[in-house]
Amino acid sequence: MSHDLLRIAIVAAQLLLLAAMSFSIVRMVRGPRAQDRVLALDALYVNAMILLLTVGIRSGSMLYVEAGLIIALLGFAGTVALSKFLMRGQVIE
Amino acid sequence: MSHLDALPPWAAILVAVLVLLGALFAFVGSLGLLRLKNFYQRVHAPTLGTTLGTFFMLAASITCFSVLHGRPIFYEILIGVFLTLTTPITLMLLVRAALYRDREEGSADVPQASPQE
Repeated sequence: MSHDLLRIAIVAAQLLLLAAMSFSIVRMVRGPRAQDRVLALDALYVNAMILLLTVGIRSGSMLYVEAGLIIALLGFAGTVALSKFLMRGQVIE
Repeated sequence: MSHLDALPPWAAILVAVLVLLGALFAFVGSLGLLRLKNFYQRVHAPTLGTTLGTFFMLAASITCFSVLHGRPIFYEILIGVFLTLTTPITLMLLVRAALYRDREEGSADVPQASPQE
């Protein structure tokens, strides 16, 4: 019984995270300004990383945790580069 | 039969509650990102997902894999440490850039720079 509960909980969590990702995408498309889009991208990659963790729990593979770590790393670099670009108009001075 | 059936009932219920809590926090964070009025309000909302959302999901993952493998696994903490370190840095950079852009345009919504800055 408790295992059915766990399966339902994981599917519900994945649906909630998909909704969260679609909210971020709506904010990224609507803007209205560049900083809103960068903020939405930041929220999008964090939600994607959490979604990967639920997929990992569902499939029982530790590899998804490493994939989540890589997403967090690349997302950080991307957001910092974009913020720097908004500030100065170029990434590397 | 899958690997999830190997979990004892108490661990299954604990993991289910933690997974749901984590997803709920991430969902509320993104909802705030969508609904709030201006940029400086919106910047606060997704941090709910990056702090509590990831915390509960990592706790669920640690519980699940530790019980399945029969030994403590704290590998997932790396993600938590990394996000805790990087989120304030990215958001401070982003908000400073946004403030700079708003001041450049002479927007009435943000205070102008004080003389000592």
